[in-house]
Amino acid sequence: MAIWCADLALDRWRLVEGCARGEGADATPLALIAETAHGPRIAALNAAGAAQGVRTGTMLADARTLCPALAVCPADPAGDLAFLEHLALWAQRWGPWSALDPPDGLIVDTTGAAHLFGGEAALLADARAQLARRGLIARAAIAPTAGAAWALAHYGPDGAVLEADNLLERLGALPVAALRLDEEVLLLLRRLGLKRLEDLADIGREALARRFRSRRAPAANPLVRLDQLLGRVPEPLLPVIAVEQPMVQRRLMEPIRHRPLLDRVLADLAEDMARALEGRGEGARRLEMAAWKVDGDVLVRRLEMAAATRDPAHMCRLFAARLDDLDAGFGIELVRLLAPWTEPLALAQAELDAAAEQHGTSLAACLDRLTVRLGEGAVRRPLPRASHLPERAQRWAPPLEPMPGLQEDFAFHERPLKLLDRPEPIAVIYEAPDGLPRLFRWRGGVHEIARAEGPERIAPEWWRERSTVRLRDYYRIEDSTGRRYWIYRHGLAGDGRGGAPEWFLQGLCA
Amino acid sequence: MFASGGEATGAALALALARDALHVDAHAEEGDQRPWLWVQDKAALRLSGRPYRPGLPEPLRHRLIHVSTATPEDALFALEEGLRCRDLAFVIGEIAGNPRALDFTASRRLSLAAEKHGTALWLVRLDARADLGSARMRWRAAAAASAPPRWNPQAPGRATWSAELFRAHTFQPGHWTLRDDGNALAATPSASAAAPDHGDLVRGSGARSLAAG
Repeated sequence: MAIWCADLALDRWRLVEGCARGEGADATPLALIAETAHGPRIAALNAAGAAQGVRTGTMLADARTLCPALAVCPADPAGDLAFLEHLALWAQRWGPWSALDPPDGLIVDTTGAAHLFGGEAALLADARAQLARRGLIARAAIAPTAGAAWALAHYGPDGAVLEADNLLERLGALPVAALRLDEEVLLLLRRLGLKRLEDLADIGREALARRFRSRRAPAANPLVRLDQLLGRVPEPLLPVIAVEQPMVQRRLMEPIRHRPLLDRVLADLAEDMARALEGRGEGARRLEMAAWKVDGDVLVRRLEMAAATRDPAHMCRLFAARLDDLDAGFGIELVRLLAPWTEPLALAQAELDAAAEQHGTSLAACLDRLTVRLGEGAVRRPLPRASHLPERAQRWAPPLEPMPGLQEDFAFHERPLKLLDRPEPIAVIYEAPDGLPRLFRWRGGVHEIARAEGPERIAPEWWRERSTVRLRDYYRIEDSTGRRYWIYRHGLAGDGRGGAPEWFLQGLCA
Repeated sequence: MFASGGEATGAALALALARDALHVDAHAEEGDQRPWLWVQDKAALRLSGRPYRPGLPEPLRHRLIHVSTATPEDALFALEEGLRCRDLAFVIGEIAGNPRALDFTASRRLSLAAEKHGTALWLVRLDARADLGSARMRWRAAAAASAPPRWNPQAPGRATWSAELFRAHTFQPGHWTLRDDGNALAATPSASAAAPDHGDLVRGSGARSLAAG
C-alpha cells in the first residue's frame, strides 16, 4: 500500500497552528517558503493562495506582485521528515513493515494482512479514515508492487485497489511521471512524445535499453522503473524500524528542592536503569537525565561514557559532578533517565577474588570520571596518520578508539619527544649566509649550537596545500649546555615564495 | 622531579625512569600492555609542548593516554584518578611553576594514593622552586652534553641527562649522568659526587631512614 500525503508541510503547519482546513489563519493566502541561493522561494501554498494565481516554486517576490496579501512562514523540511518517520512507525498498524518515500509518502507492506481488516477495500477505507482523523490529506492505493501502488496513489483514482493480473493493461493509461523518474528523464520522454505507460511499453525493450543506458539510479532509467512497476525485477526498500530506548522515571509525590533527596532519587533511577539494561543485555554509552520542574521547565544533563556500562554507582558518581549547578526553583516533580545510545554488554561473572575487583577502578570508569570533570576533548590519545608533515603525523582521538588499520607506520628518522602546539620563531645569527646558524635566541635565552644533524628536507603536501607553501629544512641540534631541539628553516632563499627564510623551533628532544 | 620549562628534560627523564622501573618489574610480569597516563596543565602545555607520538619510545607509543587540563587543580584531580586506576601502568604529570593548589597536603595525598594502589607517579615540575613535597624521590634534572655518536660525531647523540637526587626516603642522595642507551638507563656517577651505582639505586635501599628524608 502506498500512502501519499499530498499536502504534508501545510498539514503540519495547520496542526501546529491548531486551525482546520480553510478556517482561521488558513483562510487567507499563505505560503511556506524555503531559503534558496537566489532568495526565498515558495515551497508550499494553501488553497486561498492558489486561488489568487500564485504557484508553488515561484520566487516570493514574484508571488507578492500577484498577491500582495500573501502571508509567509518558513518551511521545515527536516521537521517534515521526522514527522514522516513517526507516521511510518504508526502506519505499521496495517502491515508488518513500512518504508519512507520522501518527501511526503509512505509504503506499507500489507501482504497477507488485508484479511485482518476485512479485505483490501476495507483496509484502504480504514487507512483513509485514520489519516483524515490525524488531519492529513492523503491518498492511498493498494497494488501488488510498490511501484504500482505509488503510481496509483499519485496518479490513479483515489482509493484504487489493483489485483495481480494484467498490471500493464490496467496502468497503461497513467502518465510516465507515475514511474518515479527524474525531472530531466521526464523532459526527455516528453520531447520524444512518450506520454503514457502504454506508449513506453509499445516501443519495445531494446529501443529503451539502447536509449537509456544509465543504470546508476533506477530513477534515471525508465526501463528499470517499468520492470519494477510490473514486478519483473525486485525493488528493495529500506524499512523503518523503531528502536526502543531504555527509559526509567520517577514521579515524585512532593516536589523536591534539595540535593540529598535528588541524589536519592537518582540512585533509585540508576538501579532501575541497570536492571532495564541488564534485561536487554546492554550497557549505556550515553545517558540523559531530565528533571521536570513544577513551573514546567525541564533541566537536562547528558553524559557520555568511554565504554558501555550499567554500574549504578558509577552512573551516580558521574551525574553527581553535573548536578551542582542544577537550579531546582520551586521543586522537581519528575525525574527521568534515558539511555539514547546503548551497546551490547554481556553479563560477566564477578571475579571470585573480590580483592582484585575492589582494588582501584577500571580504565573505562577512570576515563569517564576524567571526561565528566575536564570536558569532552581533554582526554585523548595520539593515533598515527599517514602524513610526513610533523604536525600532521599524529591525530588526537578519544581514548578508547581502536587503532586504525595502517599497513605500516611511517619510519621517521629521529623525532622529538614533544612538539610545541605552534612553532615558535627564533632569531638567528648566521655563520655563513645559507646553512645552519651559529646562535639563536628563543624565549629570551641565547643558545649556541654545538652539534647539529641535518638538514632533513620536508616538502609541503602539494596535493592538499596551496602552491605557495614553503618547504622546511629540519635540523636536530644540541646547544652548548646539552639541550636538544628540533628547529627548521621555513623556505629557501630565492625560492620565489616570500622574502628571506625564517627560522622556527618546533620540537623539544629528549 | 624539577626541571626547566624550556626543554623536554624533565618529561624525558621521567619517562626513562618509568620505563626502567617497568623493565625491572617485567621479569615477573611478561608483556605489560597496560596504557599509561600523561597529564599536563595548560601552563606546562604552553611551556613545553605536547607529547609527539613518533618521538615516544616504541613500546610505549600506542599505550599513551593524554590529559590536558585548564588548571593545576584539575591536573591534580586527574593525577589522583589515574593513580587509583588499576589498569594504568604508570602516571606522568607535568605542572608548571608553584601553583597554590600543589602544596604539601596535595603532594602527600598523591604519594599516599600511589603507594596504596601501587601505581608509580612521576610528577615533573617545570620552572618550579623546590618547595615542600612528600615525594619518595626528589630529582633535579637538567640536560647534559651527549656522547657523540660513532658514525656522525657532528650529530647530537643519545639523550643524556644530569640528574641530581637531592632528597630520597630510602636512597642515598647523589648526582649522576644518566644516558638512555636504547632499552635501559645507563648511569655514570658524576666526578664530583661519590654515589652508588644506578643498579644499586633501583634495587637496594640506603641507610637513611624515612624520618631523615
